[in-house]
Amino acid sequence: MKGQGIKNFFDTHRPKFEKGGKLHPFQSVFEGMESFLYVSDATTRKGSHIRDSIDLKRTMIFVVIALVPTLLFGMYNIGYQHFHAIGTFADSTFWQVFIYGALRLLPSLIISYVVGLGVEFAFAQIKGHEINEGYLVSGILIPLVLPINTPLWMTAVAVVFSVVIAKEAFGGTGMNIWNPALIARAFLFFAYPSQMSGESVWIRLGSEQAIDGFSGATPLGLALTGIVDYDIMDAFWGFIPGSIGETSTFAILLGAAFLIITGIGSWKIMFSVVLGGLTTGLLLNIFAVNAFMEIPFWHHLF
Amino acid sequence: MSEKEAMFSKKNLRLLTDPIGSQNPITVQVLGICSALAVTAQIKPAIVMTLSVMVVLALSNVIISLLRNSIPNRIRIIVQLVIVAALVILVDQVLKAFVYDVSKQLSVFVGLIITNCIIMGRLEAFALGNKPWPAFLDGIGNAAGYGVILVIVAFFRELLGSGTLFGFQIIPEGFYNFGYANNGLMVLSPMALITVAIIIWVQRYRKRDLIEANK
Repeated sequence: MKGQGIKNFFDTHRPKFEKGGKLHPFQSVFEGMESFLYVSDATTRKGSHIRDSIDLKRTMIFVVIALVPTLLFGMYNIGYQHFHAIGTFADSTFWQVFIYGALRLLPSLIISYVVGLGVEFAFAQIKGHEINEGYLVSGILIPLVLPINTPLWMTAVAVVFSVVIAKEAFGGTGMNIWNPALIARAFLFFAYPSQMSGESVWIRLGSEQAIDGFSGATPLGLALTGIVDYDIMDAFWGFIPGSIGETSTFAILLGAAFLIITGIGSWKIMFSVVLGGLTTGLLLNIFAVNAFMEIPFWHHLF
Repeated sequence: MSEKEAMFSKKNLRLLTDPIGSQNPITVQVLGICSALAVTAQIKPAIVMTLSVMVVLALSNVIISLLRNSIPNRIRIIVQLVIVAALVILVDQVLKAFVYDVSKQLSVFVGLIITNCIIMGRLEAFALGNKPWPAFLDGIGNAAGYGVILVIVAFFRELLGSGTLFGFQIIPEGFYNFGYANNGLMVLSPMALITVAIIIWVQRYRKRDLIEANK
């Protein structure tokens, strides 16, 4: 049996990672990989607690699955925006567009995971606890909340900052009071503002030239100049410039539905966030003094 | 104490060295944080600030210690304030006369030395109950401990935030051409707080006995 082979591998190599073993410094890595592949067989030794076989890793995997529509659409939209900007969208096939975007997004995904998990593993080893799986989700979220043109080293710095300061300093997964992915975004916004806003960061042009009269501004950026030339349905499906995972309301709703149906996510929390956003938008509408504040409040949903 | 103590006895030396490490005013006593945030965007103002605090703290410690037996207990805070304020004004005038540009950079924060918790804290905790010479050493030591942290924080904030040290360009031009950019967050004061927090973290990791008991 194939699966049994992997199990045997873990069983034969376990002693090397235990205290005194040659590879002890990597014990947390070993343990993390084992419990990633196999359901934990740990049982409670005292008292009458029941251990659910769904541990943090399984929970986090569900969240990762919920992010897949957003991720795939984000990849497509990178290509979509690119080919539109250089004016050859009509001549490109779907796969050209998608693969272009996927190849641009992949490096930041890899950087995010390698750096973030590296920090997590190091902390787990030094502090002698198991690896926290929270980063499996943050690792996807961080590239998704950033503009496509964010340099890789900036992503890496932001990942280190958010994992160390926003998570490990508070005691690791579950103890953090802020979302690490959003801390990474906030860190980059204040640290490198020119890379996080403006008209040139949202669309990857590569070596090609943009066509004449093309502006890379987001709908919010355009609103400042009083132009509202985007289609609300485009905003719903996601064919607008913006951070990679943020443009498509539809893909995000798919993920939300998945989380609610599987019982991982709480609809009350999601609903509260939407309600809070709508109320703030409505308040700004009532006291609007500029074009920004006059954007109809329900537009922010899309 | 009837015997005359040596000027640099072991006990007196500890007054100088303890505040730099295990009794550090910023990282252990957690005093004087506000000015640590305000003046550490660059190294030069941080050093000038340290020297100013050192002068004010050492002299006011000595003066209060000399007066300690004649100050009525009920008005001692006012007496302390008058002495500190007078010294701060002196320091401010000296800075304006000799290092005008730094003085402008420090702006109100020199005047605000009077509200620096380290000063009142040391006057209350040490100068009121000790002789002038130990009080002087305590002042120098605490100001030095304050300064060490200020300079460490300023070093990282200036290097990463502006790419310079003492105003000289350290990060080579070539880095910028490769896409390196100064970290704007480092220049903002929240990052000073986070840097101080990291120093506290590292210090307590290395000296476990500084960690407070879990209540």
